Amino acid sequence: MTSALGKDLLGLEPLTSEQIQLVLDTAEPFKEISERAIKKVPALRGQTIVNLFFEASTRTRISFEFAEKRLSADTVNVASSGSSVQKGETLVDTARNLEAMRIDMVVIRHGASGAARFLADRIESNVINAGDGTHEHPTQGLLDLLTLRDHFGTLAGRRVCIVGDVLHSRVARSNIWGLKKMGAEVGVCGPRSLLPWAIGEFGVTVFSRVEEAIEWAEALNILRLQLERMTAGYIPSLREYNRVFGITRERLARAPRDVLILHPGPMNRGVEIDSDVADGPHSVILNQVTNGVAIRMAVLYLLAGGRPELAEAAKGGSER
Amino acid sequence: MTRRLLLQGGRLLDPSRRLDERGDLLIAEGKIARLGGTIDAGESTDVLDCAGCYVSPGFIDVHCHLREPGREDVETIATGARAAAAGGFTAVCAMPNTEPVTDNQAAVGFIIRQALRANAARVYPIGAISVAQRGEALAEFGEMMGAGAVAVSDDGRPVASAHLMRTALEYAQAFDIPVIDHCEEPTLAKGGAMNEGVVSARLGLPGIPTEAEEIMVIRDILLARRTGGHVHLAHMSTKGSVELIRWGKERGIRVTAEVTPHHLTLTEDACEGYDTHAKMNPPLRTAADVAALGEALRDGTIDLVATDHAPHHYDAKEREFADAPFGIIGLETALALVVTELVTPGVIDFATLVDRMSCRPAALFHLQGGTLAQGSVADVTVFDPARTWTVDPSSFLSKGRNTPYAGRTLTGRAVYTIVGGHVVYRLGG
Repeated sequence: MTSALGKDLLGLEPLTSEQIQLVLDTAEPFKEISERAIKKVPALRGQTIVNLFFEASTRTRISFEFAEKRLSADTVNVASSGSSVQKGETLVDTARNLEAMRIDMVVIRHGASGAARFLADRIESNVINAGDGTHEHPTQGLLDLLTLRDHFGTLAGRRVCIVGDVLHSRVARSNIWGLKKMGAEVGVCGPRSLLPWAIGEFGVTVFSRVEEAIEWAEALNILRLQLERMTAGYIPSLREYNRVFGITRERLARAPRDVLILHPGPMNRGVEIDSDVADGPHSVILNQVTNGVAIRMAVLYLLAGGRPELAEAAKGGSER
Repeated sequence: MTRRLLLQGGRLLDPSRRLDERGDLLIAEGKIARLGGTIDAGESTDVLDCAGCYVSPGFIDVHCHLREPGREDVETIATGARAAAAGGFTAVCAMPNTEPVTDNQAAVGFIIRQALRANAARVYPIGAISVAQRGEALAEFGEMMGAGAVAVSDDGRPVASAHLMRTALEYAQAFDIPVIDHCEEPTLAKGGAMNEGVVSARLGLPGIPTEAEEIMVIRDILLARRTGGHVHLAHMSTKGSVELIRWGKERGIRVTAEVTPHHLTLTEDACEGYDTHAKMNPPLRTAADVAALGEALRDGTIDLVATDHAPHHYDAKEREFADAPFGIIGLETALALVVTELVTPGVIDFATLVDRMSCRPAALFHLQGGTLAQGSVADVTVFDPARTWTVDPSSFLSKGRNTPYAGRTLTGRAVYTIVGGHVVYRLGG
């Protein structure tokens, strides 16, 4: 059967606002499961899921694994090192072999943009994109939306600015699509060398100075600055990046309002974000991590054909 | 005496001689013996019914990759020459980025011999500009010319060194051959997978800006001005390049240029869904670029259509977009794409099509053919301008299947391809 989300979750760009709303709403009852002493419901009992990670990942992989286990799915983790992938097997052969084992879902993290779509086009199983190159990271986008909604109540009309290396960020793209579809106003801020050349056609406000972004925004989603951007010549130094674009307590102190702080992790403290901001009173960075499990449970549940209105009941164990 | 060949009842179209009239054409001894009016078949003459078809000088593709030597699994000179004939081409020029590189007279001679054995379209080798296409020392233009090369190019790679390009343009003048450049500023294009723009930004793919091409276009035009050499710019893809070429031509600089059928008919939107069959270099650009290229082909700013036929193995394209190789095949779809997308909408007429696909390539590369003049070599293409067909890659004579046009219904098809008076391709035969 086709789920309310379709066969796969490849990105937020193809989703409707109703579908995004559905995931966020479905995540709500699942939040509570993680607070129980026995963190397990049988919603996905008998389902087999492969977590296929071609790139190193700690947070996302563990978050998916907890979500799967808390829904009672049977899971297998495949990391690129030590697997046939490292022996030169192509993605299409990997996909066909997985399919031949009659699995139900694949969670894929891959360094190439479009890799999740490539897999989804070639296998019957549901595919969840856990980050493909510099394209999208939809579950991260959804958990960011949930975290913002928790705080603001509604996303419509809220001003959220994404700060940093938008050019190379799949988190940024998923956030831009998700926020815009939910009616938020989106800003982006970063060195022009780290913004896509065509960013002006995304329907976002572009800030070239971080002070202006802070003055405008109600929330900042601060992207990780990869260290290799310096050697590749995009920016001169991390020190200067912190001085010009870093989110510091001093900069936030000049804001006309409290600014909510998000970061998808892992953080470079002292580069894109100062420690006293990351650990400060307006930081919801750990809430994002908690919400990540609930969002991934919701996505898994919906793709498996779970009925949204039964998510609450599914917690009890009788329905699926 | 070999049998004579009578092309009967077609419409003779040769823009080099302002010829466009219904009439027969008689071929004898490999040459065009008579044309015009009604010609009696006479004895020992084979008759080809050309009713409803154009009879034109044979098409010449100055830019294709036949992969032999080195990648005979993907294409050979024989399969490439047969694919060319099926597309209505009587001659093609093979780029030198083979393995090993075609950078010496022995390698050129090998291609000539393989082409003779193929007995299909003629194949003219293009020699490398630099030894092993490394962009350092000049290859032996003179020796390669002596063995049968018709031009030089490091295609597949840009000539990164302006000094080398200048030297090549100067040195080539002793032989009166064009120096062909693949215009790509390597540091700006590095790592790019498609046109830099809103689509690449959305798909999260590294972009190649139009300036990567245009910087080299103007560099090459200025070097042609400095040296007086003939620079031929391969596969132009941007509106800006068209403007620069126009600027150069207005000043009498010896610059000529080509455009591929895919850059005339597709935009970056074809990359949606990470379709690796839309991955080419230079990349597919925007609708404004496509329109400018079509207009430039019409007004002659761009001189000719060339395919950049680039076969790849199925597996090579069946992968992640960033890792897939650049290029598509084009020999068997070129004519129909130009008819369907440029002639039918009225951008160019059939005379211009024949000029840009036959007369101009022959003139610029100093090749035989390109004319129906009495006494000239009988390289003739008979094509049906109205025949519709659906692109089925599995039916191609090329070994390549990598085309973004699979399933498209197109208009226009070669019916007979005649090389030196011999029918090397007949539709349905």
